[in-house]
Amino acid sequence: METVWKTYGFYTYRVLGVDMRNLLPILTVVAAIMVIWYAASIGMNKKWTYDQAGRAGVEVTFTEMVADTWAQDRPVLPAPHQVVAELYRSVFEKKISSKKSLVFHGWITLSATLLGFVFGTGMGILLAIGIVHNRAMDMGVMPWAIASQTVPIIAIAPMIVVVMSTIGATDFLGKDTATAIFGYQPAFMKGVLPKAVIAAYLSFFPVVVGMVKGLRSPDHMQLDLLKTYNASKQRTFWSLRLPSSAPYLFTSLKIGMAAALVGAIVSELSAVPLRGLGARMLTGSYYGQTIQIWSALFAAAALAATLVASISWVERRSLKKMGMS
Amino acid sequence: MGWLIGVFLFWLAGYFLNIYLANSPWRKTRIVKLAVPAIFGITILVVWEGLVRGLEVPSVILPPPSMIGARIATSLPILWSDLIQTFVKGALTGYLMGCGAAVITAILIDRSPFLQRGLLPVGNFIAALPIIGTAPILVMWFGFDWHSKAAVVVVMVFFPMLVNTVQGLAATDSMQRDLMRTYAGGYWNTLFKLRLPAAMPAIFNGLKIATTLALIGAIVAEFFGSPTLGMGFRISVEVGRLGLDMVWAEIAVAALAGSAFYGVIALIEKGVTFWHPSQRG
Repeated sequence: METVWKTYGFYTYRVLGVDMRNLLPILTVVAAIMVIWYAASIGMNKKWTYDQAGRAGVEVTFTEMVADTWAQDRPVLPAPHQVVAELYRSVFEKKISSKKSLVFHGWITLSATLLGFVFGTGMGILLAIGIVHNRAMDMGVMPWAIASQTVPIIAIAPMIVVVMSTIGATDFLGKDTATAIFGYQPAFMKGVLPKAVIAAYLSFFPVVVGMVKGLRSPDHMQLDLLKTYNASKQRTFWSLRLPSSAPYLFTSLKIGMAAALVGAIVSELSAVPLRGLGARMLTGSYYGQTIQIWSALFAAAALAATLVASISWVERRSLKKMGMS
Repeated sequence: MGWLIGVFLFWLAGYFLNIYLANSPWRKTRIVKLAVPAIFGITILVVWEGLVRGLEVPSVILPPPSMIGARIATSLPILWSDLIQTFVKGALTGYLMGCGAAVITAILIDRSPFLQRGLLPVGNFIAALPIIGTAPILVMWFGFDWHSKAAVVVVMVFFPMLVNTVQGLAATDSMQRDLMRTYAGGYWNTLFKLRLPAAMPAIFNGLKIATTLALIGAIVAEFFGSPTLGMGFRISVEVGRLGLDMVWAEIAVAALAGSAFYGVIALIEKGVTFWHPSQRG
């Protein structure tokens, strides 16, 4: 009974990677954040309320003031429920092809992120394999790959966007090819390439570094064993190095995915046409639409959480199948 | 054509030199270990220069390294003032405030396992989010000058630093803590003489991660609005008027500043955590 309880019971139960024993503390912390948030939005928005009241020449009571700070159109700090309402409006009540729909902007960002992520991790894994098997590459490239992690690579984003538009390489497949295949140009293909390049570039280096570590993780005993089997280099790679790199790969995939999303968002600040979650934030900050910024921020956070959580899910499943967890 | 052939020959020479060095008997020496990546880097620069000249790539697409070098040499005062604005005022101030606040928070919640179990998962979760998106909000709150950049940096470095510090404070085992108790060392004595020193490897791990985040935060926040100086400002303005040599110059400075920042933290780490196995190798 004890074992059954331990295996299936509340105590070892994890949902989405969260240990349920921590549920109460987590909820407490989240509740505390909410309280602080509501209090802060009173503090930060009340000046506007009093200014308006002063201009209109009316007295506001404390409760009226509080109610107003939580319901302004352009608050300094929107209250959580305002952000949630805006999220609901722009996700569910707008047509998803509309420029006001967060689903539309989220999809633009997501497609650039995924396209870049796939290319970046693919190239990263290939380079890591090269580094592990070629000493000259290891000694020549690896120090740069490590050093690049201390460099704010994201600073090149605006340049890549502008240079790629100058040479006309912005659309995935190109307008004519896309029209020939689909009959129209799908929205996400327009202007996706520069963003994907930056996303790929940002996810590339963490994957290289992590994957090299992973491919090197088999110890001497294991490598020697394969040598006694007279295993070829190729065989050693497929049967030992690649499987043992899996935990490292998944860790760097999660880092790479988060980096790719940041890359896509930041490059949307300078990309034309102005679309995507990054662009929503930028237009929001131009026009003082704070609620719009916050809802774009939350959409980006939800996107990041979903992407990373799905990698975690695959990680748990496959490591379990491989007998590594 | 001459450029292209020359570039190809240079690339071959660098390639074979590196293969030779990497497989030579001196490959374990310090000089070769530095020479191989240096040769790789120089070869890239030469190939870049040669290809741009040989293929006559316009400088609004890709300026050659020599042009970037010349630009750096002629605009040192601008680059310097941008560096001060973005790195020293924005990134460094925010870095110190954010990391300091995170360490203090970690010590405060250290006595409450309940708070730790609640804050750690939340902190880990937030650390994986695109926090850079708070930049437009913070720029609105704190204005265009460096204060808003420092605020973005604070938000960006806080959670990675908090998570690392809390983990570090848990690094001692019960034997060591029991020893402190037999010495009648109270909470604060144990904290300062045992647990904080033992936490240093994890704290420095967080500090090193935060160096890069700090620069990223400070630069990207300037894309949302800044006074007429700063590295992010210069990059977005020069991109707009196709002054790509200046953009590359700023990127080179940012890369140098980032590496130097990281290097300094790594050096301090070496001094502080000299006892740790990873530093003895």
